Amino acid sequence: MDFLDYVQMTKGQRIAYRIKSFFTGIPRAIGNFFKIVVYFIKTFFVAIGNGFKNYGRRFSKGDAGTKLSYIIMGAGSMMHKQIGKGLIFLASEIAYIYFMATFGISYLSKMYSVGVQIDEAGNMVDGVIGRERAMYTKNLLGVESISNLDTLDNSNQVLLFAVMTIIITIAFIAIYVANTKSAYASQQTISEGKTPLNFFYEMKMFLDERFHVTLLTLPVVLLMLFTVLPIIFTIFMAFTNYDKEHQPPGSLYWWVGFNNFADVFYANPMKSETFGKILVWTIVWAIFATFTNYILGIVLALLINKKGIKFKGFWRTMFVITAAVPQFVTLLLMRLLLGDNTGLNAMLGTQYPFLSDATWARITIIIVNMWVGIPYTMLISSGLLMNIPEDLYESARIDGANAFQQFTKITFPYILFVTTPYLITTFVGNINNFNVIYFLTGGGPSPSNYYQAGQTDLLVTWLYKLTINSSDFNLAAVIGIIVFVICAVGSLITFNMSKASKNEEEFS
Amino acid sequence: MTNTQQSSNMQTGYAARRRAINIVVYVILAVMVVIWIFPIIWLIIQSLRGEEGISTSYFFPHEWTFNNYIRLFNDDRFPYGRWLLNTLVVAVFSCIISTLFILMVSYAFSRLRFKSRKTFLNLGLILGMFPGFMSMAATYSIMELFGLKQSLVALVIVYSAGAGLGYQVAKGFFDTIPRSLDEAAKIDGATRSQIFWQIILPLSKPIIVYTALTTFIGPWTDYIFVSYFMKDNSDNYTVALGLYSMLGNQTMSEYFTVFCAGAVVIAIPITILFVVMQRFYVEGVTGGAVKG
Repeated sequence: MDFLDYVQMTKGQRIAYRIKSFFTGIPRAIGNFFKIVVYFIKTFFVAIGNGFKNYGRRFSKGDAGTKLSYIIMGAGSMMHKQIGKGLIFLASEIAYIYFMATFGISYLSKMYSVGVQIDEAGNMVDGVIGRERAMYTKNLLGVESISNLDTLDNSNQVLLFAVMTIIITIAFIAIYVANTKSAYASQQTISEGKTPLNFFYEMKMFLDERFHVTLLTLPVVLLMLFTVLPIIFTIFMAFTNYDKEHQPPGSLYWWVGFNNFADVFYANPMKSETFGKILVWTIVWAIFATFTNYILGIVLALLINKKGIKFKGFWRTMFVITAAVPQFVTLLLMRLLLGDNTGLNAMLGTQYPFLSDATWARITIIIVNMWVGIPYTMLISSGLLMNIPEDLYESARIDGANAFQQFTKITFPYILFVTTPYLITTFVGNINNFNVIYFLTGGGPSPSNYYQAGQTDLLVTWLYKLTINSSDFNLAAVIGIIVFVICAVGSLITFNMSKASKNEEEFS
Repeated sequence: MTNTQQSSNMQTGYAARRRAINIVVYVILAVMVVIWIFPIIWLIIQSLRGEEGISTSYFFPHEWTFNNYIRLFNDDRFPYGRWLLNTLVVAVFSCIISTLFILMVSYAFSRLRFKSRKTFLNLGLILGMFPGFMSMAATYSIMELFGLKQSLVALVIVYSAGAGLGYQVAKGFFDTIPRSLDEAAKIDGATRSQIFWQIILPLSKPIIVYTALTTFIGPWTDYIFVSYFMKDNSDNYTVALGLYSMLGNQTMSEYFTVFCAGAVVIAIPITILFVVMQRFYVEGVTGGAVKG
């Protein structure tokens, strides 16, 4: 369909067309997803390639100062009359070399085995051999602890420091490249007959042209240290045998390749079956939780906003109050209200297994989640409902549309269209919904054929339990990565889809 | 209803029908409100119950009392007052740091154009997709390294160090402030820093209040990180974890009514805050789609 056809349509037809093109766009969106992934990979490598090209070009065209700054950082800047800047570059190089010599290298070198220990003869042995010897000693002497604890590396520390070293090295490379760029830039400025900016002026730029650097540095550094570093560390953990048998300090852990992933998918029957069942339930849960809340929330908003209904503010506030009470309070309360011998059962003198039978518990969880979530959707869609242009309804009424038709042809498509991003975030949020499950059932009931999990556990609550209860950090890391992949693929595809259907013209 | 003829007969029929529909809607709404409010009423009633034990076979207690609230603040086993103070301290500090970070990052992404802006935005999106507590064991190791194991400082860091990632809502707000303001100021010779502090921030009171409130509420409701970070160090618990610990198997029946009292005490301020700022919440999640 081209633009002319589109313009000739009535508003209702346009909306129908948009909705149709949204859903027919799904396969294309999936295709686009792979295109995006490929594009990112390509851009990444092209950027690196260009980086090297420019790096070489700057070296070949550079004067003595610029060339020197490829080895001694800051030399170029200093020779080009930018003493302050040069000193900072030089200081960072010295600091980095000092750091690597005293600290970084030793941990990086230990990384291949995640730690070493000293055996009785005084030789260094790596993780695998060390562990075998330690076990051997244990068997031979019959003692529980490993004798030479002091000489044993802490695998955790080794891996952590190694990752830290890698991040610092990347940061240093960035500074190093900036150094060569700056040297070359100042060289060009001089060759054009101008004087390079002085140090004071450049510092002042951090409040103006380079204000973004000032604003972003501290947040990004802390993010690196307390979010990125732990995530990378955790991803590495997924490839080790860091479980309850291998807890540093006291024993080492070491690389096991993709064994943990194999365990989860097929190699270990108990773990893979648990994973399969939890994955299915997670997805079933996410679909039900998202759509029940979404549809009923919109219906509730429609009821409250219906013409002729009085005390709208009162009704809305009543529901908002339940949404406002902290979730851990309402959910723990629900657990007691729906317990086997407490709350409702006690008051009614019954024995319904609301939360203690797997099927009952699953249904209860979805219903309680409606109790928790519907007010949120109501709140959001209330705002949207008031936003629908009134003339849409007027023209529909003139054309003889009844209330139901108005809802299915105008209200619902409009809301669906505007709230698609919200729908995605709720879906991802429900896959990661820790609170509802953990506080209501704690994942239970837990039959013995589940590995450290129960029948209502989601992937994330399983992850939490593996970390807290059984210290299976490697398995927890694997689950975390899988959840990430599910969320990333899901949101990229849907995001792409909603973008594709929005491309042509703004919805109005 | 398909016909809009003006016959008076039909009009009264139409009005009667509409009234009937409205009555049905009122009944549905009333039933729903009862369902939704019932657990909250139950919580308040339980907190005023004189009899001990988890549950009673009747709805209204036989003995009404305020003792649960008094006991709440005078119990040696579960130091609720201390938890309140802990949570307050953590909340205040992480609120200040997070709000600053969020405003800084979102301003940079919204108003300033620099080379790696897109890359940063994409990286932020990707980082946000990792389950929040996936790496908590690693974070704990890092805290251990800094000697901050089981301390409140560690909690402040956990809640606020990643705050930069939560820039979306504030960025959406900054995007709506007309750029002509910046340009006018620039012509008058203002630096970008001056524009940020003296022009944009004073115009952004609503979003500052919203950011401050959400980051302030965060620590009051988080359970996951505290439970892993504090382990058995009950002196440093926050309210959420403390209240949860009251419902352990041994203490549940003795402390249930006290738990309810504690829950009411914490729920009241948070509920008020949320009701006050619901408008911002809506704008936040719909990404500015609502402009009514």
